[in-house]
Amino acid sequence: MDQLLALVVVVPLLVAAAVTACGLLFRSRRRILDVVAILTAAAVAVMLFVIMIRTARGDQVYWFAGFRPAHGVSVGIDFEVQPLSAGLACLAAVLVTAAMTFSWRYFDRVATYYHALMLTFLAGITGFCLTGDLFDLFVWFELMGVSAYALTAYRPEERGPIQGALNFAITNSIGAYLSLSGIALIYGRTGALNMAQIGVAVAKHPADRLVVVAFVLVIAGLLIKSAIVPFHFWLPDAHAVAPTPVCVLFSGVMVELGLYGIARVYWSVFGQALGHRAAIGHVFLGLGLLTAVTGAVFCFRERHIKRMLAFSTISHAGMFLIGIALLTPLGLAGAAVYVIGHGLVKAALFLCTGIVLHRLGSVNESWLHGRGRPLRVTGVVFTLAGLGLADLPPFATFLGKGWIEASAGLWLVPVLIVCSAVVGGAVLRVAGGVFYGLGDRPSEDPQMAREAAEETSETTGGKDRTPLTMIVPPAILVVAAIVVGLIGPLGPAVQAAAVRFEDQAGYNTTVLSGAHVSHPVALFAAGPTSVTAADVLTGLGSVAGALILAWLALYWRRLPLLRAHRPNASIAAAARRFQSGVVNDYVTWIVIGLAALGGIFAAIIGLPQSPALGSSPETS
Amino acid sequence: MTPRQRRWIFLIAGAGLVAFYLWGLSGLPGFGNYPGPYGFAILRVAVAQTNATGVVSAINFDYRGFDTVGEEFILFVAAAGVATVLRRLRGERERPAVDEAAGRDVPATSSAVRMVALLFTGPVVLAGWWLASHAQTNPSGGFQGGILLATAFILIYLSGEFLVFKRLSPADLTDVVEAVGAGGFVVIGLSAVAMGLAYLKNFLPLGQVPGAVSSSGTIALISFFVGIEVAAAFILIVAELLDQTLLIRQGG
Amino acid sequence: MQVFPFVVVAWILGVGLYGVVTSRHLVHQIVCLIVVQSSTYVLLLGVGYVTGGVAPYFFDVPNHTPAVDPVVQACALTDVVVEAAVTAMLLSFAIQAYKRFGTLDPQELAELKG
Repeated sequence: MDQLLALVVVVPLLVAAAVTACGLLFRSRRRILDVVAILTAAAVAVMLFVIMIRTARGDQVYWFAGFRPAHGVSVGIDFEVQPLSAGLACLAAVLVTAAMTFSWRYFDRVATYYHALMLTFLAGITGFCLTGDLFDLFVWFELMGVSAYALTAYRPEERGPIQGALNFAITNSIGAYLSLSGIALIYGRTGALNMAQIGVAVAKHPADRLVVVAFVLVIAGLLIKSAIVPFHFWLPDAHAVAPTPVCVLFSGVMVELGLYGIARVYWSVFGQALGHRAAIGHVFLGLGLLTAVTGAVFCFRERHIKRMLAFSTISHAGMFLIGIALLTPLGLAGAAVYVIGHGLVKAALFLCTGIVLHRLGSVNESWLHGRGRPLRVTGVVFTLAGLGLADLPPFATFLGKGWIEASAGLWLVPVLIVCSAVVGGAVLRVAGGVFYGLGDRPSEDPQMAREAAEETSETTGGKDRTPLTMIVPPAILVVAAIVVGLIGPLGPAVQAAAVRFEDQAGYNTTVLSGAHVSHPVALFAAGPTSVTAADVLTGLGSVAGALILAWLALYWRRLPLLRAHRPNASIAAAARRFQSGVVNDYVTWIVIGLAALGGIFAAIIGLPQSPALGSSPETS
Repeated sequence: MTPRQRRWIFLIAGAGLVAFYLWGLSGLPGFGNYPGPYGFAILRVAVAQTNATGVVSAINFDYRGFDTVGEEFILFVAAAGVATVLRRLRGERERPAVDEAAGRDVPATSSAVRMVALLFTGPVVLAGWWLASHAQTNPSGGFQGGILLATAFILIYLSGEFLVFKRLSPADLTDVVEAVGAGGFVVIGLSAVAMGLAYLKNFLPLGQVPGAVSSSGTIALISFFVGIEVAAAFILIVAELLDQTLLIRQGG
Repeated sequence: MQVFPFVVVAWILGVGLYGVVTSRHLVHQIVCLIVVQSSTYVLLLGVGYVTGGVAPYFFDVPNHTPAVDPVVQACALTDVVVEAAVTAMLLSFAIQAYKRFGTLDPQELAELKG
């Protein structure tokens, strides 16, 4: 039994408690605290990397308090680790390290709580990824959530953070309670909290109404966390006001964790019982499409850089969901690699925005036009990261996107390309305008100007130069994104991991009887993971589209054609109506979305079972 | 959405959601017909395996002890969050408690209230201490015991001695106690790891008689640490909230 | 009687959500959130009930007497602590919101829009 599995969660918790216990000691010696926290996060990242390599050979199961299952009944809690789980947790640890390095020394008025909160956040994420028990999943989900609420409200002397934190906390708490209701419901049927045990018990009969409702409720909290439309309204509010290192984590990992949770709950617990694979895939595909398009459209109109990046995260969350919804190993593998690439690149973008905030004191794109010219290195890193976001080969984002497109139907590919192009275009527009002074100064939106003016600087001192600890992490992250995309054997390895992730029978046997299962061929044939010329063309096409859109956005005033049309105004009005900032609205949308989703699922279960489990969901 | 629109939209959508929920709930085996293996499996073996007669505590601190670690840290984070958000900020000064409706005749706290509150403080501390340290027999264990311990401090506040309350529970000390409680729990689990066992395995001697004072191994010990952590967390939270209303006023 | 506790569960959830959606006072909204969570307590404890079972404490009752499910009680305990923590944090946010915005009406907290 590999003790490393327990240590990855326990160590950050212990250090968080220790750091608080020695709070008096650290108050005047800030640097020691920073070093301790960074080292802990880095250690966790290394441990998770080792675990990921080890689990490539076979799943690892760790039973807490030594209570192993007897006769298929588990009495304790387990960690069930697969390469995809460990990989996602490793990404989280890497991003925490980068964020804490960024906030070294300059972060304003930080009490010991900042470091403790980041470490408990990391512990919650790691526990969430590795656990094999549904109630344990809920506990780590809540730890992650509570740490996030506290971190969002970290500068309560401004108005924005409090409102953002309230909206965030209320919507996500409702999601967590709905998930708990689902867990209790399925416990009432199966009498088990262990995911494998529930999977076995539930698969004995085709899904009836209780299983469907339990699934939808458990998914509810995860959908809210992953900011899928119409459950997404909290995300831009939280991102606009959280401190930059915290935004890095939200966009880079937290949203993706919700999607991981959905995939895990579907594939390891409910998948076999629910059946109707094609129909369920289509439902999630529709949700993903809606999210991707909505996120992209709203992203482009934003002038507040952090909110723009938040909407781009929403758009990408939609694309990840599309990859998962294809229900093939290639799609899941594509989503996994895309998540890694996006996490690294988005983190770099947020950190660069933090540098801009530190040096220039604003995140308002209009005001910043041309003022970023002295920040040359930051500009280069930001532009590179923007190109990575637009799926430039050989970034990891390009690789993951290529696999999703290969697995998807022909009609999905243009949609994915357009969404990437729009999002990339928005980021490149910011890069061109702020760092290079290209184009005309964008019009001032009074609402956004007021919001951005509230965003006072997060840092003290040293504003005349960019410290190394601020510029090195984003640079390294961008390079890492390129390197990950270049790893040759990554394709087959990730796809093999995805096959194992989707193998419910194998998962159950591994957990309940401790056997090591050799994984059979997937339910769907493995797809090609090599990079073809067509892939490179679509990648370059998306980048070209992004560049064109950025150029148009910067220079549209000089083109008489575009001056006549102002599509921006109607979208602005729509945005204001929906993203109202009032949490009552957000909760209403959650209820609407859930009622609709519930109705759709109820209808699906009423349908006759789809013919053979081996039939592929897409015709191409 | 206007409030009226919101209300109507919610009534329709909410009715749909509740109907969906009820549809699922109707598939349950009925109240009183718990079917499942988990509860019965634990009931069969718990007393014999852990020598704890309170099975719920055995579950909380042994079988599902890892959940309790997470839960404890949620409380820890909440206390930290409250302290972060309500800490003294620039532009606010501490002023001694001043009655805003000055000129009104303010009755001093009645002697009866003070006497009763102080009288109860001792027994409450005792009860909380007993609950926290005897988790293996009583229905609560560390969590409720910790709340009772915190209540004792709040009784002191209620008896009118807010400044005594503040002096007895300085924020720094409470912070440290809370962290020691949380960290202690984690360290107990790690001690099992150091011995080559699984994390949080019950490695202390289980005692002879189930439910005796020194039985159930690590369960009682863990419960004690949880008790002091919960007590410290709640004292911290209440102290911060009271600070806001009584001592700190807006502006310079 | 077989199904009534679960009807109560759904009702509490609905009422709590209605409170959150139509609230005009932050503290009221947070308490409605507590109500939403209370529905999970009722569900958990209702699901684990065994007719004729005693409480799972065997200090004065012979071991192996049929008892109700202890696991859901432990889960509910965890749930209560989580809720207390979240509520404490939300209330502190509400205090800060009052100090920054001067109002506790969620529909007036209008700093972030669009």
